Amino acid sequence: MNLHEYQGKQLFAKFGLPVSKNKVITSAEDAINACRDIGGTKWVIKAQVHAGGRGKAGGVKLINTPEEAVDFSNHWLGKRLVTYQTDAQGQLVNSILIEECTDIAQELYLSAVVDRGTQRIVFIGSSEGGVNIEEVAEKTPEKIIYEPIDPLTGPMPFQARKISKILGLNPEQSKEFSKMLPQLTDLFVTHDLTLLEINPLVITQGGKLHCLDAKINIDTNAIYRQPEIQEMHDPSQEDPRESEAAMHDLSYVSLEGNIGCMVNGAGLAMGTMDTIKYFGGAPANFLDVGGTATQERVSKAFKIILADPEVKVVLVNIFGGIVRCDLIAEGILAAIEEVGVSIPVVVRLEGNNADIGSTILAESGAEIVSLNNLEDAAIKAVELSK
Amino acid sequence: MSILVNKDTRLLVQGFTGSQATLHSEQSIEYGTNIVGGVTPGKGGQTHLGAPVFNSVHDAMEAVQPNASIIFVPAPFCKDSILEAADAGIKLIICITEGVPTLDMLIVKKRIDELGIQLIGPNCPGVITPGEAKLGIMPGSIHMAGSVGIISRSGTLTYEAVKQTTDLGLGQSTCVGIGGDPIPGTSFIDALKLFEADEQTKAIVMVGEIGGTAEEEAAEYIRDYVTKPVISYIAGQTAPAGKRMGHAGAIIAGGKGTAADKIKKLKECGVHIAENLLQIGAKAKEVLG
Repeated sequence: MNLHEYQGKQLFAKFGLPVSKNKVITSAEDAINACRDIGGTKWVIKAQVHAGGRGKAGGVKLINTPEEAVDFSNHWLGKRLVTYQTDAQGQLVNSILIEECTDIAQELYLSAVVDRGTQRIVFIGSSEGGVNIEEVAEKTPEKIIYEPIDPLTGPMPFQARKISKILGLNPEQSKEFSKMLPQLTDLFVTHDLTLLEINPLVITQGGKLHCLDAKINIDTNAIYRQPEIQEMHDPSQEDPRESEAAMHDLSYVSLEGNIGCMVNGAGLAMGTMDTIKYFGGAPANFLDVGGTATQERVSKAFKIILADPEVKVVLVNIFGGIVRCDLIAEGILAAIEEVGVSIPVVVRLEGNNADIGSTILAESGAEIVSLNNLEDAAIKAVELSK
Repeated sequence: MSILVNKDTRLLVQGFTGSQATLHSEQSIEYGTNIVGGVTPGKGGQTHLGAPVFNSVHDAMEAVQPNASIIFVPAPFCKDSILEAADAGIKLIICITEGVPTLDMLIVKKRIDELGIQLIGPNCPGVITPGEAKLGIMPGSIHMAGSVGIISRSGTLTYEAVKQTTDLGLGQSTCVGIGGDPIPGTSFIDALKLFEADEQTKAIVMVGEIGGTAEEEAAEYIRDYVTKPVISYIAGQTAPAGKRMGHAGAIIAGGKGTAADKIKKLKECGVHIAENLLQIGAKAKEVLG
């Protein structure tokens, strides 16, 4: 789960990290007061969406009067911001962050991730901030440090000094950073983060370290024990069908094609998408209906798939392991009737009692193409999608 | 021979009396697995599915000497259950549960490595040695004793590979579902090492998917240390970047973890690639001649 920048900065502040004085507004009326409360004569105003690349898309602006904050808010609130990281529709702007302006001397990069290779939380630092870090890693790997944190010891001061050296900090800043590193680790562990990125971390004209941006991702598996984070969830930033699916415990990801897919198991769901592509079709979605594939779940899955107007045919691919295919077949029929599916459905049942299941589908009189073989089923679905 | 589990496996079921554990334990017993007991705190002294229930793994250890444990407890309690089994001295622990927090696994993995314990999963279908023992949620009927060792990050994709190798008469030595989480207890490399040393295994099928670089690391290991033919299929060739595809670990992040990268690396290291999931069995047959 992603957080907004302002939510990330709230967490930064809570853990003692240096962030700019700021206000969040959801209405243009509050813009003038927000600027006055912050004080000063220059502000940075930022549209809050779950995507990077906001600056280039016009979603970040340096302003000199509170009236400009009103104009900016009137322009963006309720509109969708399209950046290179969003799809063509963009992300809805329903909150705006206003901050006091920071005079930047230098931009650095700092992040922490759960690294699969070392199986540790790893801090990544670079003297090259404000840019695409993957590019830095590719072109100038010597400017990046990867520092894994041992769960037993936590971050040690020597590690802060190692990172400081790559960041190019002076002794005073290095001391500041030695305080920041445990604070960041504490934040990471306390709130079950999978990613924490400060790009850029800046050195101000006054020589102080300052977190100018905040990107935070939370481990979905751990949300149950993060009540404070649950409150920060913003469904407006997610694909509505993906949110709907998640509410029913189904994994769904929408794609560009026109063949709806309903599969049990995440790996097989990906494998089914690949098979469709292999035979010249285009999958409309990833959907894992889960191991049990009951009528209720299958009905929900049909509803979500059919909410996509592009879908011309649905391919159901179930490998019945523990659950019998005849029961799944009955569930599919009941679901089709309940939902009122009016486009062709191709079903491939394999595994336990697959023959009985196929017979039930074939004799139902419903408009279903039932095939036991995934190759045939995929080819048929592709044919029907053209 | 086979790896990890066989007819001498004495299995303990943690979370024994829950509905999922009951369903799958019944099927495992029917398959011939020797379940020597189960653990549900507070229900010690009862009998469930004909086996004794204990309050703790330590109690079970003393009374029935299990040498493997399978965990069905809810995700928030898995860290405790795995570490309890480890503390009691069980050397093979299989965690079926999906949704274990990643930071819990960082701690668990460090501890089990120190203790030299083989943890399979979490978020996995388990391990089966056909005809001998089934420790997991896979359908027993599609398996057949034979010569192909199967390692996979995905449950239902493993079943596809199993079904195909059974239909072609090859059969399986052991099938290991290592699970779809970012921090798995057992890696591809751990399982490859075991299959390489196993006499019954003549070829190895490795089913991977997008996310992380475990397949790339396995590819280098195969090039340097595995003499048996390895066939690989990678799921997610059509998956978009930045989206979690069901499994917690199946996500292309920062341009890393694409199927194309994995396939390229595997090919470079001499692994036989099944371009499509339908070809896994046929490829294994072709390689085995």
